[in-house]
Amino acid sequence: MQVTMTVNGEEVTRDIEPRLLLIHFVRDHLGLTGTHWGCDTSNCGTCVLWMDGEPVKSCTVLAAMAGGRTIRTVEDLERGGELDPIQQGFMQCHGLQCGFCTPGMMMTARWLLDNDPDPADADIREAISGQFCRCTGYENVVRAIRWAAEHPDGQGSGEAVEPGAADDSAAPGDTASEEVSA
Amino acid sequence: MQTPAPFEYERAGSVDDALALLERHGPEARLVAGGHSLLPMMKLRLARPEVLVDINDLTDLSYIRVDGDTIAIGGMTRHAELLASPLLGEHYAIFHDAERVIADPIVRNRGTIGGSFCQADPSEDLAAVGSAVRAEMVVRSSGGERTIPAREFHTGPYETVLEPAEILTEVRVPIRPGAGSAYEKVERRVGDWPIAAAGAFVTLDGDTVSDVGIGLTALGASHFCAPDAEDVLRGQAATDDNLAAAADAAAEACNPAADQRGPVDYKRHLARELTLRALRRSVARARGEAEGG
Amino acid sequence: MTTIESPDAAPEAPLSDAGNPIGFGRMLRKEDARFLRGKGNYIDDIQLPGMLHAAILRSPYAHARINSIDTSAAEAHPKVKAVITGAVLEGLNLAWMPTLSQDVQAVLATDKVRFQGQEVAFVVAEDRYAARDALELIDVDYEPLDPVVDARRALDEGAPVIRDDIEGKADNHIFDWEAGDTASCDQVFADAEVVVTQDMIYPRSHPAPLETCGSVAHMDPVTGKLTAWITSQAPHAHRTVYALVAGLPEHKIQVISPDIGGGFGNKVPIYPGYVLAVVGSIVTKKPVKWVEDRSENLMTTGFARDYHMRGQFAATRDGKMLGLRVDVIADHGAFNGTAQPTKFPAGFFNIFTGSYDLQAAHCKVTGVYTNKAPGGVAYACSFRITEAVYLVERMVDCLAAELDMDPAELRQRNLLRPDQFPYTTHTGWEYDSGDYPRALQLALDVAGYDELRREQAERRDRGELMGIGLSFFTEGVGAGPRKHMDILGLGMADGCELRVHPTGKAVVRLSVQTQGQGHETTYAQIVSSQLGIPPEDIEVVHGDTDQTPFGLGTYGSRSTPVSGAAAAVVARRVRDKARVITAAALECDPSDLEWELGRWQVKGDPTHGKTIQEVALLAHSSLELPEGVEGHLDASAVYNPPNLTYPFGAYICVVDVDPGTGQVKVRRFVAVDDCGPRINPMIVEGQIHGGLADGVGMALMQAIAFDEDGNCLGGSFMDYLLPTSMECPTWELGETVTPSPHHPLGCKGVGESATVGSPAAVVNAVMDALKPFGVRHADMPLTPAQVWLAMQGRPVRTDLAIT
Repeated sequence: MQVTMTVNGEEVTRDIEPRLLLIHFVRDHLGLTGTHWGCDTSNCGTCVLWMDGEPVKSCTVLAAMAGGRTIRTVEDLERGGELDPIQQGFMQCHGLQCGFCTPGMMMTARWLLDNDPDPADADIREAISGQFCRCTGYENVVRAIRWAAEHPDGQGSGEAVEPGAADDSAAPGDTASEEVSA
Repeated sequence: MQTPAPFEYERAGSVDDALALLERHGPEARLVAGGHSLLPMMKLRLARPEVLVDINDLTDLSYIRVDGDTIAIGGMTRHAELLASPLLGEHYAIFHDAERVIADPIVRNRGTIGGSFCQADPSEDLAAVGSAVRAEMVVRSSGGERTIPAREFHTGPYETVLEPAEILTEVRVPIRPGAGSAYEKVERRVGDWPIAAAGAFVTLDGDTVSDVGIGLTALGASHFCAPDAEDVLRGQAATDDNLAAAADAAAEACNPAADQRGPVDYKRHLARELTLRALRRSVARARGEAEGG
Repeated sequence: MTTIESPDAAPEAPLSDAGNPIGFGRMLRKEDARFLRGKGNYIDDIQLPGMLHAAILRSPYAHARINSIDTSAAEAHPKVKAVITGAVLEGLNLAWMPTLSQDVQAVLATDKVRFQGQEVAFVVAEDRYAARDALELIDVDYEPLDPVVDARRALDEGAPVIRDDIEGKADNHIFDWEAGDTASCDQVFADAEVVVTQDMIYPRSHPAPLETCGSVAHMDPVTGKLTAWITSQAPHAHRTVYALVAGLPEHKIQVISPDIGGGFGNKVPIYPGYVLAVVGSIVTKKPVKWVEDRSENLMTTGFARDYHMRGQFAATRDGKMLGLRVDVIADHGAFNGTAQPTKFPAGFFNIFTGSYDLQAAHCKVTGVYTNKAPGGVAYACSFRITEAVYLVERMVDCLAAELDMDPAELRQRNLLRPDQFPYTTHTGWEYDSGDYPRALQLALDVAGYDELRREQAERRDRGELMGIGLSFFTEGVGAGPRKHMDILGLGMADGCELRVHPTGKAVVRLSVQTQGQGHETTYAQIVSSQLGIPPEDIEVVHGDTDQTPFGLGTYGSRSTPVSGAAAAVVARRVRDKARVITAAALECDPSDLEWELGRWQVKGDPTHGKTIQEVALLAHSSLELPEGVEGHLDASAVYNPPNLTYPFGAYICVVDVDPGTGQVKVRRFVAVDDCGPRINPMIVEGQIHGGLADGVGMALMQAIAFDEDGNCLGGSFMDYLLPTSMECPTWELGETVTPSPHHPLGCKGVGESATVGSPAAVVNAVMDALKPFGVRHADMPLTPAQVWLAMQGRPVRTDLAIT
């Protein structure tokens, strides 16, 4: 069958089997490999992207079901060479390690802040509670989203944030410390 | 990731269209709404429908509104919408309590109330809610409409009274002024199916329980409810002892099975504990002493 | 959480023009640039022209004879290009392959299947959906056999023999291994006033990285070169093993580890799927991709733990620890595939004496086969140190309960003191450095321990169950001295190469393989700290065996201790060469020069000097160099660590338990870690955060159990539960810094510390909460059911199905 949908602002049409999952359509047919997959049972959330403006687990949606709808993936967060404040927050706050859960986390975070610009930490944790991270213990993911909430226009005046431009207002680790000589 | 066996895909533009497609393709055709019960089973190849009829365009089945003396909820209403509904929050906190602990926020964007009832999972939270509040299911076929009480809707694990070419279009919940309701669930981890869960509503006449509904899930309770326990409490004073007696009866009446979530005695204990907590909170809410309605 | 400034804090490194520390310090990660944009390059992202897709048919039975396999229908599928069975592999002498523990493992089953999920056939097809379809067309005639599911019964008389492929094998015994001294232990225990005995299980769990394992194998039919992209934490070791196993010349094998979505030890072993992808590519003459699904990952790849332990603690009545002895039955599954140094069949379990000053210790570990997946050493275990720390820290709390002594006080009385270092344990480990009491005190202060105990007392009066649990751990990481530590005969020394380009930028090539630990940033910082080149001017190359020096890879927290040391050494060699070149340029003697970060300059006349960038250009120029000094500015090193490094920490967990339901809520978690100087504190903290979540998961929800038929009950994320953002509290971190005396940078490994130390803290907290019920111990995972059962006095075995 043929399916047509709008992906990251562009209309695409492909020939597919009805059983093709949306995650495979996006990754294998469109080459948008930023969205990942990690389980068989709709638990892990690495496949989260937006369908008609809402985060969904694309491993549990058929490409056919997405026909005529609007899809947004992580590749669309950066606009005109400028990282979305969410992406900047994840960089500033070390909100990612292996990066595998990150696209899904960021898509959920972007949606959260679009609907609730000033969420409490508990709200942030609940918003991402359907997505696993094995690396970060969630701490810095929450801080990253908090950073983005506090910097809705990102850092500075729209400059893309690259490594090295560490933001003083980020506190990626408040740590009690004692130096002990050997 | 696992992938489904081949099938044909149809998209329905209206309820009549969906019914026609079901009739045309016969019993090997399945409706897909949210898809978060059916598609995982298809990926594991435990379910192999030959045709999927996509009803996600039936947006006119997505509503929560007052209809006379009931709250009418369209079958395509998503869990997220139920959770966010001020109308449900005002009348039946049990829905909010339950929705908050169903799956996760992303899955709730897709799963529907119709799908949950029709999937008939023996651990389905909304099944206990529907039985507790004595909802009614409106089912449509090409032959017309029929209404089925929630407590008669499920006939066994993953089985309902639905015929192959029928669609659950609406869930109706009677408005009970002054009622208090609550849902209590224990799970091994956020988002997991319940080890056990109980929901209840009470209406009070002074200090007497004028009406009560108790719903149970994941406990093997027939039709997800505990009518004997309700009988114990109805017409009695809303004292903790009486609530406890009802909770005892609920635990007696259910039929939990041992699995990795827990052994039988623990689940039966939870049946009592959670029924009691749900009743307590329902009473408190009915009295206006606790948040929610 | 405020930062407590320390008067001994090391001066902060100066910042480069880009704002990065030239050396140690908080620096944003270079690798983030691609991950944030969804431009990571993970195994399933790899597409090659003509690439085919593979799937594996797996056994539904835990133990069964294979009578026949009929693949004709699968072969007839129009999209199927090849179907491979054990019989086909037998013809190539590839049906079995060596494991990393001197055993063999079936690549595809031939005579029997020995665990549920074992590989039986391999299909290569045009796309992944067709490959999956074809699996259903393969007809296998199994004859089920009785399985061995309970490790404690594996050595029973009459137990089914699993490994009848081994000539003469008549039981399920793998090894016996001991450490310590029974005689002195017997004496100590005989005389002791108090002896506490406790059985405990560290259940089978699984690292479950978010990305499953997979590979893309491309045997180029023209050049005869095999390029294999593999989710491998140890690409060079994989290359060498493929050469040995497949008989392919090693110089014609290139293993590339792409971006890896989490490893945690799960991506160390060589899985049959990798080998089969190579065979598939040889057979079809096309690239073949095999990526497993999640159920395959959980059911068949390297699990972790599965230790059945009996601990005994001898002590005086007033709380002086005397001796500790342990007996362990280790469930290794159907093949012994643990990955640890050869001489250590039970890994480093003999570090179970922990952080305490004991008089005697002994352990005996018996390894057994069962009809389960192979593995055991994985999931940040630091080679069984998770098991050892859990054992000793649970025993300490059991002893505290027996003595009716506060667990913090019991630890304070017995922790090793700084003046005892370097300290050699009764089981042979030489701890390099540590100030344990200070770390414990800091943790107690940060937690507000006394206040917590007061609160607990008040809550207990009201019938509320609040618990406080401690864990103090010592790890030994950074394997290791090649004299003692090798894997499959490959000594655990790692290489590093550094080259400075004419224009002063540098490239450093590593033998280790990050899976999220941030090597592209931290290794640049290491080189930066030694050479003064800004980290943004240093490229880190890793993962491609054609581009990098040999090493044993990343696991067991060994990267910083071994490869990090190699990077420091190689940078210092470059620096030393730069000195000679500067002296030649300035026509002075090298001894006249002093190093000021990034520059060699004349002592007493600092205006005369050369920056490292200037030296780089000079090294490539026509400048005449002294006899014996070659041009260019580069060096290589192989670092053979003289010892492991010994990070340590003090953890405190606070929980609240619902007495009506048994649900546990982790309210707070305080973690004080000491890994010596921190190269990038931001990254170190991130590593710790992740490991602490592991502790919550393992203590409360993670276990792979089996029913009596050998069915794996943890084959999906519906049943193998992982902690989410809701179960994890905000982590409260603290730090002490005790450098390692033998590491060039004083650094110790840290990647696994939190996973090692945290489970005991959570379990101890829950047991503490249940103290009013007289509960001494209940096994992980402390699910609501298990907690409630413990309150009734009858906790269950968590490795078996609940009935």
